[in-house]
Amino acid sequence: MSHYIPPTHEHDIDPVDGRMALVQGQPTFHEITEAVAKPIDSPPKAWWIFFLVSVSMLGLFGLSVAYLLWEGVGIWGNNIPVGWGWPIVNFVFWVGIGHAGTLISAVLFLFRQKWRTSINRASEAMTIFAVICALMFPTIHVGRVWVIYWPLPLPNQMQMWPNFRSPLLWDVFAVSTYFTVSLLFWYVGLIPDIATMRDRAKTAIRRFAYGVFALGWRGSARHWVNYEAAYLLLAAMATPLVLSVHSIVSFDFAVSQLPGWHTTIFPPYFVAGAIFSGFGMVLTLMIPLRKWFHLEHIIGIKHLENMAKVILLTGTLVGYAYGMEFFIAWYSGNPYETFVFANRALGDYAWAYWIMVSCNVITPQFIWFKKIRRSPAALFILSIFVNIGMWFERFVIVATSLHHDFLPSSWAYFSPTMWDWATMLGSFGLFFTLFCLFVRFLPIIAVAEVKAVMPQANPHYHPPGHEDPDLTSSASGTVQSRDDHAAVKTAVTSGEESSKVVVSKASEPDDEDEDEDDEDEPDTKDEPIVADEPEPEAKAAPEPEPEAKAEDAKQEAAADDDDDAADEPEDKPLFSKDPADKPLFSKDPADKPLFSPPSAKKDDKADDGDDEGKED
Amino acid sequence: MPKRPKMYGLLAEYETPAALYKACERVRDAGYGAWDAHTPFPVHGLEKAMGIGPSLVPWIVCVLGFSGAALGFGLQYWTSVIEYPLIISGKPFNSYPAFVPVTFELGILLGSFGAVFGMFGLNRLPTLYHSLFNSKRFARFSDDRFFISIEARDPKYDPDKTRKLLESTGAVAVEEVED
Repeated sequence: MSHYIPPTHEHDIDPVDGRMALVQGQPTFHEITEAVAKPIDSPPKAWWIFFLVSVSMLGLFGLSVAYLLWEGVGIWGNNIPVGWGWPIVNFVFWVGIGHAGTLISAVLFLFRQKWRTSINRASEAMTIFAVICALMFPTIHVGRVWVIYWPLPLPNQMQMWPNFRSPLLWDVFAVSTYFTVSLLFWYVGLIPDIATMRDRAKTAIRRFAYGVFALGWRGSARHWVNYEAAYLLLAAMATPLVLSVHSIVSFDFAVSQLPGWHTTIFPPYFVAGAIFSGFGMVLTLMIPLRKWFHLEHIIGIKHLENMAKVILLTGTLVGYAYGMEFFIAWYSGNPYETFVFANRALGDYAWAYWIMVSCNVITPQFIWFKKIRRSPAALFILSIFVNIGMWFERFVIVATSLHHDFLPSSWAYFSPTMWDWATMLGSFGLFFTLFCLFVRFLPIIAVAEVKAVMPQANPHYHPPGHEDPDLTSSASGTVQSRDDHAAVKTAVTSGEESSKVVVSKASEPDDEDEDEDDEDEPDTKDEPIVADEPEPEAKAAPEPEPEAKAEDAKQEAAADDDDDAADEPEDKPLFSKDPADKPLFSKDPADKPLFSPPSAKKDDKADDGDDEGKED
Repeated sequence: MPKRPKMYGLLAEYETPAALYKACERVRDAGYGAWDAHTPFPVHGLEKAMGIGPSLVPWIVCVLGFSGAALGFGLQYWTSVIEYPLIISGKPFNSYPAFVPVTFELGILLGSFGAVFGMFGLNRLPTLYHSLFNSKRFARFSDDRFFISIEARDPKYDPDKTRKLLESTGAVAVEEVED
């Protein structure tokens, strides 16, 4: 008798595809809605603390920009030759963070990575707010903010046009297009969820506000067809867009003639770095958020682990790029290039360079350890290091390449002033203020998308206990109450039922689920889950009332949720003979496992072990 | 005697995607035209059960995307070659390799407008008032319930026969909705 369950604490198995369920604890659709909407109805106290701190930092931003406009860019540490200084460091930093959102929403969507549904909404919001912060910096860096419209191709009294051969102008188009498309993508995804908020709104103001932005959405199947086509195409266009934007940002550097900037590796290196820093920021935001908002069952350990793997991959790519820059500096034989890189690692800014290398190359390597990448606390700390490291990467690129250029007579050292610091801290204030407002008023989880990847969303899903006579020849039960959520809850946990539903699925002609998911979940697909043959004693056990069973199932599921929240999940055995463990699967009828014992008299097909959990 | 209000049609409520899917096949096979299903999320394969054809959005995106790219290149060519020719870094007026990024970005931008606003146009959004919002039950379409609405303007619509059809599909509730 083989009990193969992958070594993980996530017990719930999607009976349709036989993999770990993305949403743990088998909630109903309604429970998902409530779980996401509850923090909007009654925000946690900590929200106010964060909001007030963020708004004060935003005030600092306003103050430093106002002083800048009054006094001029001389308040910053920018000098000649380091003319770009902190504003451009911060610009590239924020644009980089703004890449994970579209990557999660678009690229993972195209690859059919269903786990994205739990995190895409918040990461898209993060993207938009990060790009807003990014756009602030070139705007104030020009010094004369009132002529910032000059890069736009507008007919004007000077009869002049922008220079379309300049990468800085490409940047204007790339970043503004990126912002617009990200905003559209985010809003289109939000429409069904705003409709949900509208329909459960209790006050007239909320109903009106959500109602306007929901555009009268009524979930029409004819609308969904167009909606899904539009969403897919937006994803298909946003994917090359997100790659192009950071490539073009890197052209700002790479197209110039400066040693240290003039390299062909910059576009892929910048894109990898952007994804790296963006996922770092997503983890920084989501790990506390999922805890405070009690969303651990929707944003599971598996989601964090997947993001950590992306960080490991892109962090390693960034490390490779660092090494390759040095190799090319040596291999090219160009003395200026060689000097810049030797100066980078050993010169005035060596401290910044080695902070960057420690944070970006060494930190992600901890993710190789499973214990670390499945621990939210450890990932949170790692993500902070990633954020710091990626800020230093941009600082190193800007400062070290500029401060020692061709003539030693023009060398200088850049150090930030108080106003540089104030502006940078202030931009974090802007970012977190917007993010706080977002979590306060909009669903931070894509409710409709999460529901759509739950097992019971599949129209071919049949809660065990009411078989569909069309699909399984062995069906003997009749369809009773169609929505007995308890039946769903009890049934899905039972291993027998998973194998049965898989069988019934295979017999369907038009099933299109095979292509859905290629995430690397271990083994559940190949090795069907085989559970106990039902023991005779178990059969003879008295069957509790359905309501009582439902209650039991709910309590057990709740207990399991609590276990999920714990950080040391692997200790909990899935199978256990010890009744104190409350296992999910058990031979001992006294345990009251989550699936209900079969009634012996009703069904005589016990030989294939199929009929546990059939309900009357 | 007060005049009976004009009816929009019938609204049937279902509790699972599977029930809705089967019911949609029945309504489709009964030959109705002016009807719709309402779900909290896109139900996989429902368009087949309802007999809805493919979306027109891709065509709109295609046309607008390529127009955007043409517009982007045209803008750069016109300003750099015709309207204000200026030698910059000794490059030719028509420096087409340098024009690629802006051409690309404008293609994406207009294509995205096509996707979003094309979708709005095809779906007639925003429609802030709709008869279905008169139904109290209908508010659950965005939470956990599944609905079929059949409009009274459908030629096959008959208050009693249509209601019988819907009731026979396993609906948990069937009600008339005022226009």
